[in-house]
Amino acid sequence: MTHTLTLRTRVGAVALAAVVLAALAVVYTVRATDRGTTPAGASGVTLDNTPGLYVRTADGTIAALAGSERKPTGLSCRRFYAGAAKSVCLTTKPGVPPRSQAVILDRTLKPQRIVTFGGTPNRARVSPSGRMVSWTVFVSGDSYAGNAFSTRSGILDTQTGYLIKNVETLQLTLDGRRYSASDVNYWGITFAADDNRFYATVSTRGKTYLVEGDLRAWTARTLRENVECPSLSPDGTRIAYKKRVRKGTSDPWRLHVLDLKTLRDTPLAEPRSVDDQAAWLNDKTLAYALPGSAQGSSDIWSVRADGSGQPKRVARDASSPSMNPGEGTRRGQGGVGAR
Amino acid sequence: MYLAAGRGGPTSAPAPTAPARPAGRTRVASTVVALGAVSLVTDISSEMVTAVLPLYFVLQLGLNPLQFGFLDGLYNGITAFVRLAGGHIADRRRRHKLVAGSGYALSAVCKLGLLFAGGSTTALSATLVADRVGKGIRTAPRDALISLSCAERDLGRAFGVHRAMDTTGALLGPLAAFALLWLTADAYDAVFMVSFCLGLFGVLLLYAFVPGRQEHTGPNSKASTLRSAFRLPRIPAFRRVLITASLLGLVSVGDGFLYLVLYKRLDLDSAYFPLLPLGSAAVYLLLAVPIGRAADRVGRRIPYLLGHLGLLGAYLVLFSPAAGWPLTIAVLLLLGTYYAATDGVLMALGGPAIPAGQRATGLALLQSGQALGRLGASVLFGAAWTLWTMHTALALAAVALSAALLAALLLLPPHPTEHPR
Repeated sequence: MTHTLTLRTRVGAVALAAVVLAALAVVYTVRATDRGTTPAGASGVTLDNTPGLYVRTADGTIAALAGSERKPTGLSCRRFYAGAAKSVCLTTKPGVPPRSQAVILDRTLKPQRIVTFGGTPNRARVSPSGRMVSWTVFVSGDSYAGNAFSTRSGILDTQTGYLIKNVETLQLTLDGRRYSASDVNYWGITFAADDNRFYATVSTRGKTYLVEGDLRAWTARTLRENVECPSLSPDGTRIAYKKRVRKGTSDPWRLHVLDLKTLRDTPLAEPRSVDDQAAWLNDKTLAYALPGSAQGSSDIWSVRADGSGQPKRVARDASSPSMNPGEGTRRGQGGVGAR
Repeated sequence: MYLAAGRGGPTSAPAPTAPARPAGRTRVASTVVALGAVSLVTDISSEMVTAVLPLYFVLQLGLNPLQFGFLDGLYNGITAFVRLAGGHIADRRRRHKLVAGSGYALSAVCKLGLLFAGGSTTALSATLVADRVGKGIRTAPRDALISLSCAERDLGRAFGVHRAMDTTGALLGPLAAFALLWLTADAYDAVFMVSFCLGLFGVLLLYAFVPGRQEHTGPNSKASTLRSAFRLPRIPAFRRVLITASLLGLVSVGDGFLYLVLYKRLDLDSAYFPLLPLGSAAVYLLLAVPIGRAADRVGRRIPYLLGHLGLLGAYLVLFSPAAGWPLTIAVLLLLGTYYAATDGVLMALGGPAIPAGQRATGLALLQSGQALGRLGASVLFGAAWTLWTMHTALALAAVALSAALLAALLLLPPHPTEHPR
């Protein structure tokens, strides 16, 4: 019998417990707040004066790797991609509800435009010329499977300012037939040098496909099944991607390279499961992130794109690799004017 | 073969605790208010975590959605089974408060588990499963406590009060969690800790203010056995409610889907997508008590069926040329009304048909039947959408719901469970 105590005693005891629990909650929260990192200040790093591999470091800031040295950019991003002329930084914006932002940065790494949307940052890309920018976010709760995740991808044309918040309106041709369904999802966009052709993954009815898209015509057609997170090589001839090799949740993917002309598939020498949109360091080498030894950490590795060699660790405690090829390799003249 | 224990009719006398009262307003039983408070606090606690879990998994732990989908799938399978077990054990041992309390306590401890699980998928799965088990265990004994704590004629209002308080918690939880993340610059562990404190407080509220072992049951009512639990659907009045609820569940497209249709039709800013459920929750909590009271007066069948008309209305509005805010508001209003008129009201409708000694088991059956039906509805609707178009799927759902409503009208007699006054 629990109710031998008087109501007054019970009210008193519960009130006391409430005070103790409230104190615990408040103290914990305040201490957690103090732990927050302070963003670094501005740095002299620009896309022009610092070519090379850009990575997201363990504290969430972006740094350029120059030899063994890390040059901080002062940017804080969830996902980052540096091209030669432009870069994009995906961040989360706290609030009710929390939102995400794609911050498009010019060659001096100054914000040029900010796009705000719902979801959780996942992938980001800039076209070789710097004109087209894309991102993919995870969205929870809008799929009929209840709380399961779906993805949403957006594209921004920085020259015209034209913004497509959700590419799901693409006219899709699947296996040669027009196709539309509620569960169509796109992710991992990668652009060709002409700023019109692009590649991406589309998923529907539990299958994934590589699509080749046309921005002006706003159409896409599937090329091949089981291709996720495509990444077009700088010479535009091959797609690096993660291929689903196992059902279930343990070690599901392997990196492959697909030759777009012959549609021949080459498994790469990386034996581990890679969940990343790989970045091309040059026409022969790819970089990607893999979980590190510490819980929640990750390292950046590289491997040859022809299936030979061994994976090499490029950077510890880093993720989101992207290669800024620098001035000399930029196509066309100086890219599109900033602003 | 045994004859049905209930001798073919409602067996439970209305709880004899309520003395003759004047016909006017009476006070809501203190147990109902106490359980409402427990649910309010617990729902803040659990909805806080639910709201931030996707963000936490992807951004903090770097899990891929594949792993998350797997974790999430674990969630739903377990609930139905555990709910029945919880209801049965509570009836059998006549320890509704203890069983419900263990469920609340288990879920509270799981919030702490999230703190320590780190990025280990195994530990996270175990924690999430345990949390779901806690939720499954507590639901039926808690609803049985509500239905046994007041006179039968006040059941609608009692469930209305409880659901209004419960929904208030569900409304506040996500807002509190997002605000906390904002305040602490993404300290997810602070969210878990605050959630744990609230969960524990809920358990204490239950322990202190909800009466324990009571002779709810009349002297001649037997404790539940597993066999008698299986025989519950043989009671005609209960069977009718069970079949009706399952059937209507099977044609009730989940609100997640309706929000998705809304989203596609409106090209809504995806950032505000998570706020849609809060809109219908607000309508639900405002209407739960008035509709519950009305249900007591006019019979619970009427609001229960009219509520489904509200759902049908929501389908139809999505066909209309209305757009923008008017469309959003209309859908949220209709959905909120649907929940207010059907969720607690179903418990008030079915409760009296179940012998007091098997109340928790019977309510668990009812909830599971409805949930199973809704699961089927989601699968069917998704398939129809993929096979044809969004509007075809919606039209089919509207036709199916209309047909099921007609059937329900015939299945549920005017006073299926309530005793003639």
